[in-house]
Amino acid sequence: MKGKILIDKQFCKGCRYCVEFCPKGAIRLSTALNSKGYSFAEFDEKKSCTGCATCALMCPETAIEVYRE
Amino acid sequence: MKKVYSRPKSLKKVPMHYCPGCGHSIIHRLIAELLDEMSLRETAICVPPAGCAVLAYNYLDIDMVEAPHGRATAVATGIKRVRPDNMVFSYQGDGDLAAIGTAETLHTANRGELISVIFVNNAIYGMTGGQMAPTTLAGQITTTSPSGRNTKTEGPPIRVCELLSTLENTTYLERVAVNSPANIKKTKKAIKKAFQHQQKKTGFSLVEILSSCPTNWKMDPLKSCRWIDEIMVKEFPLGVIKEVKC
Repeated sequence: MKGKILIDKQFCKGCRYCVEFCPKGAIRLSTALNSKGYSFAEFDEKKSCTGCATCALMCPETAIEVYRE
Repeated sequence: MKKVYSRPKSLKKVPMHYCPGCGHSIIHRLIAELLDEMSLRETAICVPPAGCAVLAYNYLDIDMVEAPHGRATAVATGIKRVRPDNMVFSYQGDGDLAAIGTAETLHTANRGELISVIFVNNAIYGMTGGQMAPTTLAGQITTTSPSGRNTKTEGPPIRVCELLSTLENTTYLERVAVNSPANIKKTKKAIKKAFQHQQKKTGFSLVEILSSCPTNWKMDPLKSCRWIDEIMVKEFPLGVIKEVKC
């Protein structure tokens, strides 16, 4: 199953919950900063996202939308 | 591609003021998801506390009545008695519910008021700058217990669920946590059950949620999640403390 996620970078505060709990390691923190000054979560499209939505479940800011085929 | 997860309708699309990794924002989202799923958005009335969650009315798109510090269950009692068909719940922290609001909490539970209480326990006063709360663990360092909480002079932490379980009219008490995907799913189920108990008019229901406070615990968000697992659950064991079949 293939999936993808969309992260609203302006809502992200860089807590790393999604990075830590993603079973595929498909999320990383950016080197750039958002307008609040936080490193934000970025989706790595080369990794095989299954659309399990664990990242969205953990995200305190509800910044993640999940899509699945 | 099909959208499988997006922001619940009951949660306004505004950035929250909570610190990175705070459990409050996860709990707000779970409540909003349940309000959508159980079609309660038009009938729910929430009573937010004084504390970090004082601005909950900026985030949850339902009716709210702000209560004075600690008096949320007393205000909720009044609302529920006048509007018995509405879903009435209070959302309180440990300083609000277990310190200044102890009397209101105990007597509301003892009267068996048909309300639900979402009790967020992070073992510290968050908004005021990390002072010792009644739920602070033995030996835990806070700004008012710089050498750690001394149980000989300050007493041991209060276990609210166990305390309320001795009262006849409490019907559903459960302790959960929001520090891992599995625990977050259990928390959502527990809040749903509390709402169902209110709908079936069985009695007073309370869900205690162990939540992280990375800023005042002086930890990064991931370490604070592990701290709940390794230290906090030993003092506050998870699970259903009391349930009367409804």
